[in-house]
Amino acid sequence: MDRKRTWFEKDISGCSLTGFINENGERVSGEAIIQSIALMNERSNGLGGGFAAYGIYPEMKDLYALHLMYDDLQAKEETERILNELLFVELKEEIPTRKTQGIHRPPLLWRYFVKVDENRLFEPGVSEEDYIVEIVMKINTSSKGAFVFSSGKNMGAFKAVGFPDDVGRFYRLEEYQGYTWIAHGRFPTNTPGWWGGAHPFTLLDFAVVHNGEISSYGINKRYLEMFGYQCTLMTDTEVMAYLFDLLLRKHRLPIEIACMALAAPTWQEIDHYDGKMELAKALRIVYGSALVNGPFAILLGHKRGLIGFNDRIKLRPLVAARKDHTLYIASEEAGIREICPSPEKVWSPKAGEPITGWLKEEQQREFESSRIRISDRERSEQVYSVPSVC
Amino acid sequence: MCVRQCAFEGHSYDPENDEVNSKEEVCVGCHRCVTLCPTNALTVRQNPLDFRAHGNWTGWAIRNIFKQAETGGVLLTGMGNDRTYPIYWDHLLLNASQVTNPSIDPLREPMELRTYLGRKPDKLDVQYNGKNFQLKEPLPRQLKLETPVVFSAMSYGAISYNTCESLARAAHALGTYYNTGEGGLHSNLYKYGKNTIVQVASGRFGVHKEYLDTAAAIEIKIGQGAKPGIGGHLPGEKVVEDISKTRMIPKGTDALSPAPQHDIYSIEDLRMLIYALKEATRYTKPISVKIAAVHNAAAIASGMVRAGADIVALDGFRGGTGAAPTVIRDNVGIPIEFALAAVDQRLRDEGIRHQASILVAGGFRNSADIFKAIALGADAVYIGTAALIAMGCHVCQKCYTGKCNWGIATQDPYLEKRLNPDIATERLINLIHAWSHEIKEMLGGMGINAIESLRGNRLALRGIGLTDTELDILGVLPAGR
Amino acid sequence: MKRIFVKEEVCIGCRLCEIHCLVEHSKSKNIFKAFKEENPRALSRIHVEEKGTLSFSLQCRHCEEPHCLEACMSGALYRDEKTGAILHNKEQCVGCWMCLMVCPYGTIQRDLNGKKVASKCDLCMGRETPVCVMKCPNEALEYREI
Repeated sequence: MDRKRTWFEKDISGCSLTGFINENGERVSGEAIIQSIALMNERSNGLGGGFAAYGIYPEMKDLYALHLMYDDLQAKEETERILNELLFVELKEEIPTRKTQGIHRPPLLWRYFVKVDENRLFEPGVSEEDYIVEIVMKINTSSKGAFVFSSGKNMGAFKAVGFPDDVGRFYRLEEYQGYTWIAHGRFPTNTPGWWGGAHPFTLLDFAVVHNGEISSYGINKRYLEMFGYQCTLMTDTEVMAYLFDLLLRKHRLPIEIACMALAAPTWQEIDHYDGKMELAKALRIVYGSALVNGPFAILLGHKRGLIGFNDRIKLRPLVAARKDHTLYIASEEAGIREICPSPEKVWSPKAGEPITGWLKEEQQREFESSRIRISDRERSEQVYSVPSVC
Repeated sequence: MCVRQCAFEGHSYDPENDEVNSKEEVCVGCHRCVTLCPTNALTVRQNPLDFRAHGNWTGWAIRNIFKQAETGGVLLTGMGNDRTYPIYWDHLLLNASQVTNPSIDPLREPMELRTYLGRKPDKLDVQYNGKNFQLKEPLPRQLKLETPVVFSAMSYGAISYNTCESLARAAHALGTYYNTGEGGLHSNLYKYGKNTIVQVASGRFGVHKEYLDTAAAIEIKIGQGAKPGIGGHLPGEKVVEDISKTRMIPKGTDALSPAPQHDIYSIEDLRMLIYALKEATRYTKPISVKIAAVHNAAAIASGMVRAGADIVALDGFRGGTGAAPTVIRDNVGIPIEFALAAVDQRLRDEGIRHQASILVAGGFRNSADIFKAIALGADAVYIGTAALIAMGCHVCQKCYTGKCNWGIATQDPYLEKRLNPDIATERLINLIHAWSHEIKEMLGGMGINAIESLRGNRLALRGIGLTDTELDILGVLPAGR
Repeated sequence: MKRIFVKEEVCIGCRLCEIHCLVEHSKSKNIFKAFKEENPRALSRIHVEEKGTLSFSLQCRHCEEPHCLEACMSGALYRDEKTGAILHNKEQCVGCWMCLMVCPYGTIQRDLNGKKVASKCDLCMGRETPVCVMKCPNEALEYREI
């Protein structure tokens, strides 16, 4: 693992992605996702691959599963000191891997299942999740040679330098069972070598894989920094994960509204909206610095579902399909058909409009709670305003 | 014709010899005679009376001492700082997208320059009303600009009525705004109120209820880039009937604005005035506060935002003026590039950048300067001198004499007619259209199709020929990284 | 019918209209030759009136009821069918100057050399827009339908 550059050199995110969610919550092994991404190996150059899976730690589902990579033992010791000081570490173990051709000189890979002590939350208004975010940011910015690459509950990200199918085999993903899987293969234009630069980028239980280039990165990053997020991973995709965390978790915007802020319609379209013009206009005015410009296709995984969406003028491919209870989204239809040869429905989403898949028991709750009537709202301020994904 | 056109009496006709003679020493280089001469017979060159070459005692330095020894007075001048300090815009380079990100063609795809100025909330509260999502509370009032360029503050008195009218009409046609400066608002121009930002300056000239009600926004002027720390100055010759009525001062008296606003001696006083204006206008208009770019601009700006300002206007040391002491104009203040970078970064560090929009001014010459300013963090740019040049100004710097041959910086009715508002309005509109188009081309070249993605995006810039410290203050990487 | 109108609020009294009218009606149509070489020098049909800061250029109004045409005893003044302008035929003019006396605007001038009426605006026949309108630096002259 190698993070030799001290100045930022933007890494261009390519180039293949795929994911699916079983809306019934039925868990499947990682075999399928590995096959899907392997089909699209032409789109990557072997310099990065990664996966994220949900539902993989059912026995530990109330604990945060932190995945860390270390350059050396010293980094591990120092970081474990910090973790022990700030959190309850229930279990720590090496992430199981197998020697695989194509994966060279892996760093030390460990996972920690942790809990937050209520008393440690010293300020009112700081939630457990804010606390975890702070610890992750702290380790990623100040610890030498240590790096958190997954920090959610009952989910995990797995990434490395290499072709994605090799990465999948390296992490023995066929041994895990998850209801949502996403995967990514990278075609970076920078010098290879850094494991942290592969996708997915995660924060809490958000995991993002991205195909494209964020030309508004410079301002998205500075906007996020105002809210305490530190962009340390030298890849533009990072801002997507943090923007979703900000809009969905902290600002509690509904999914469609958050996506409208990130891939905003043009002023011309907004001027002609009936009914939602004021909202669309206000969104763009307030969240202008969060607008993501440049070509992108994104898959965002979270604990209750999966979202796929494109930039406002659809410059990268994204295809979706449904069969039985599973929603598939990928860069290419071939990637989907590799694991689902006869889907019931196949389509391409429109620019800026998200495709969403939800866990069944969440669907009804989401629908109801995101549409709480005004009278209910006024009556009970205790109830969530408009709950989002958390 | 050149005889009649020159207000400085540079040409004279000798009927005896039937020839035109020229008095070179009074020529100010305004090119009026050159432009109108039907045979192109005239041209203007630097005065060939040269002093002996000297690195320190230049002709300019020597002549200034002659003038002061003779008159005992303060040297006055007009327009902006003309000394050769470095121009940092010329040390910043822009990006273009290749391969990894397609560039966008502004002729074929939407390219959005629309900008909203004003205070923005931290986040939006959204609720569902049974059919649609909607806002819980409306946003605070914003100024809508179709293009990120605004006409800067130039007072009626410093410039002629025709010039004011042209600026108002052009702002209206372009969907942007113009600023009245501290001269008040002429009653004929109230109809353009929706495109007017009125100024409340230290002399409070022309400030009354209708003035505030008519405007789209109100600007409290603490200072201006050309003369930070001192007040405005309109010589008595320029205070004619209409000026007197509009400014609410006696005819023929010098209009000297005090140096500070005498009710703002500290930041909490500013807060009081801002809220007084907000109450007086029932919170329906954004309040802007304008300061000159000085050494601790970042700290001042932070204070201003916390005091309630919805817009922070920064005027760099290249800013123009109708009249200012030369020594102040040329030595006080800092370049807008640094002030902007510092203010933008400071507001972000404190997490309050969204609470106010930043408007910058001070010698913007072309659309590239504007583009770079937005990349550094500005929401929009004020242009003053550039607008006057579009209307005919040749920057001869003699505005304070009131003898502007182009009809811009004068109240003399004979000279004033030379500025035809129909022509001047069209020229302003042409200029802004041309610049807007160029900005769109540059945005498209970078693979961006909305100006929000450029604003504050320092990665769009690279520095060239700058020291490490300068790069650090500007927050940009050197070219090559 | 198009006529020339002046906007006195923007006329700056520069007299470029006079200069260009003269050149247009000179023999060489070249400004240098017209002023320096031609003798007799051509005459401008347009004249700038000034008082204090008010100025405007005045030329033949091509009246609906032209006094000059009625006063002309040789029939040298006539109305052009197409444009309705009042034109002057030099050959037929006998130089009685009655037109000059009756013109209420004083826009006809004498040619002292040839002892004939010499200058009266002809709306620059043959051109789409009269030269004075084109060359006014402040757009103070307009050529439009009445």
